[in-house]
Amino acid sequence: MSTATDTIEQFTSQEYKWGFVTDIESETVPRGLNEEIIRLISAKKREPDWLLQWRLKAYRHWLTMEEPRWWPNLTYAKIDYNDIIYYAAPKAQKKPKSLDEVDPELRRTFEKLGISLEEQKRLTGVAVDAVFDSVSVVTTFKEKLAELGIIFCSFSEAVQEHPDLVRKYLGSVVPYNDNFFAALNSAVFSDGSFVYIPKGVRCPMELSTYFRINARETGQFERTLIICEEGGYVSYLEGCTAPMRDENQLHAAVVELVAIGDHAQIKYSTVQNWYPGDKDGKGGIYNFVTKRGACRGRASKISWTQVETGSAITWKYPSCILQGDDSVGEFYSVALTNHYQQADTGTKMIHVGKNTRSTIVSKGISAGHGQNTYRGLVKVLKGAAYARNYSQCDSLLLGDKCGAHTFPYIEVKNTTATVEHEASTSKIGEDQIFYCNQRGLSKEDAVNMIVNGFCKDVFRELPMEFAVEAQKLLGVSLEGSVG
Amino acid sequence: MEFPVGEKQTAMLTITNLHAGVGDKKILRGVNLQVNAGEVHAIMGPNGSGKSTLAGVLAGRETFEVTEGEVLYEGKNLLAMDPEERAAEGLFLAFQYPVEIPGVTNNYFLRAALNAIRKHRGEPEVDAAAFLKLVKEKMRILHMPEDLLKRSVNEGFSGGEKKRNEIFQMAVLDPKLCVLDETDSGLDIDALRVVADGVNALRSPHRAMIVITHYQRLLQYIVPDFVHVLSEGRIVLSGGKELALELEARGYDWVKEREPALSGARR
Repeated sequence: MSTATDTIEQFTSQEYKWGFVTDIESETVPRGLNEEIIRLISAKKREPDWLLQWRLKAYRHWLTMEEPRWWPNLTYAKIDYNDIIYYAAPKAQKKPKSLDEVDPELRRTFEKLGISLEEQKRLTGVAVDAVFDSVSVVTTFKEKLAELGIIFCSFSEAVQEHPDLVRKYLGSVVPYNDNFFAALNSAVFSDGSFVYIPKGVRCPMELSTYFRINARETGQFERTLIICEEGGYVSYLEGCTAPMRDENQLHAAVVELVAIGDHAQIKYSTVQNWYPGDKDGKGGIYNFVTKRGACRGRASKISWTQVETGSAITWKYPSCILQGDDSVGEFYSVALTNHYQQADTGTKMIHVGKNTRSTIVSKGISAGHGQNTYRGLVKVLKGAAYARNYSQCDSLLLGDKCGAHTFPYIEVKNTTATVEHEASTSKIGEDQIFYCNQRGLSKEDAVNMIVNGFCKDVFRELPMEFAVEAQKLLGVSLEGSVG
Repeated sequence: MEFPVGEKQTAMLTITNLHAGVGDKKILRGVNLQVNAGEVHAIMGPNGSGKSTLAGVLAGRETFEVTEGEVLYEGKNLLAMDPEERAAEGLFLAFQYPVEIPGVTNNYFLRAALNAIRKHRGEPEVDAAAFLKLVKEKMRILHMPEDLLKRSVNEGFSGGEKKRNEIFQMAVLDPKLCVLDETDSGLDIDALRVVADGVNALRSPHRAMIVITHYQRLLQYIVPDFVHVLSEGRIVLSGGKELALELEARGYDWVKEREPALSGARR
């Protein structure tokens, strides 16, 4: 038995490749949180008064809330919310009109991350909104998309240009008082992406946002809102990285998806690779995120796919509220924890309408001292006749110091509903590794191959070029775990 | 290429006084064996005689600890090599219990393996198209179903399919020394014939085979040049192919009664 364990023991200390710092002058607000800070952030963004009032309402509510500490498998030091800088932006003369006006240092940063901001250099049609600390730097392909009536811009810009849409849907899926971190985000959120797909339009390219934390001792609180009208379709992807720092940094985002009309479809994919901390568990991002989508139209569909390899702690449950009859919710997840990373993730599928269907496929991989928890809720309300759910939760353990936990909650109020749950936990076997070795493959290649095979059901849900990225990322995150 | 007949050749594999076990349990107690290129050796023996241990030690399975002895492969110290290095040097083990790797297609697995071996030899990688051409040919010989390449490695395979898949992999990887560990177990007569045909097609003056089996049945189809009987961790009897028939007729107890006559390897 010792072989497999030793093998995995050595699966350590791979350098985080995205850990560099961009040397750029940034403009921040004073440290700490109070109404003055919120007014300052709102003023910097030239926001209308209704939005400021909404922020303040959220802040006042947040003050009455307790930070959730109930997950038994998550441990972390207390966060001092008055020791965080809530807004940081690269100092710029003015908002760049075109890519040529973007600070070359910022452009280099994104190029180093493999995100080309130059439209002609993109191989396939992928439009990018690049968010650096608290602000959106540039959004590509905006004009081309606008010809189809699609709005793809930074959240701040949407507040200025499309205030009615923002006002109508902001907080409509995740209310400001939903939970502690959602309330905090509602009070201090800085930027993020905004997408609007008009009736009957199929978005011809992948939309993506790349989030980068750079400044020290700041938090990132972005907010994304995607609205899809009847018969529309959009596939959206977000990616995230951060420099290596010894202190923990807080990332508390809110994502709201609204599939309004009949047959509206939103596909949302995440490749999350925030700095996970070093091999002893020092530093790393606290990734406390609220993501939720509402399928309001008949036969509308929301699909979440996530590959979570980064962050010291991940705490997120991308969920679907299936209101429209025949609507469909999907959740495909790969969560990997190595070293001292902790992940508590899963989904909630709330079946409200008739014939609603949901699918959950969760793959948790634990290595080193990593702790991985799947926590999911399938709730079938009284009116949800013939609702169906299928859940599959598999855990893979690499080594004997890590942990995997599964907490499926099922509440069914309608007797015609069908809910299926399957779960498995397996250890990556010495036999599997030896079999690969005997065919000429190194231990590292063997583990990579076995882990990627384990995640295949999820990877095939990702847009193709990102699936390749995700596979590589998984390899890198596990690199050094094998001798 | 001409095979030099009558010339003295260096043995492909020389096992000298090999002792190995698991923990405190001794399994192999002084195995001696020499195998030359072009030869097929059958190793027979009752359950628990150490047959699979010998296969495992040759392939480098770390469950087994070698306590004494030496194994030379093409003049090199085999026991000092990692399992993947042995594979890259041309040693192939057809597993008694082939392992399942869910989500990894046979196609991907085998191409990665072939390219790892080619890299070791300093040869360029085989691209997807060239690889497909290569495997299609081998699949035909082994009557492998068309969808095999797209299926996950051994997952959901029947016993017979798993064994055929081992021989198929062997055909693709083109090893120099093949060790077949109870390849016949769990096969019905038709599957056995297909597997044996596959193995026979791979017989070559440049390749050696060690066929480990409990029963004589397999050796009707894969006719060995030499037969060795392993008992209590040692080769106690060696002979030509007719020895297998004699064993079948008289049973392994007959060998035990004959001891200590003719103990040790053939040469």
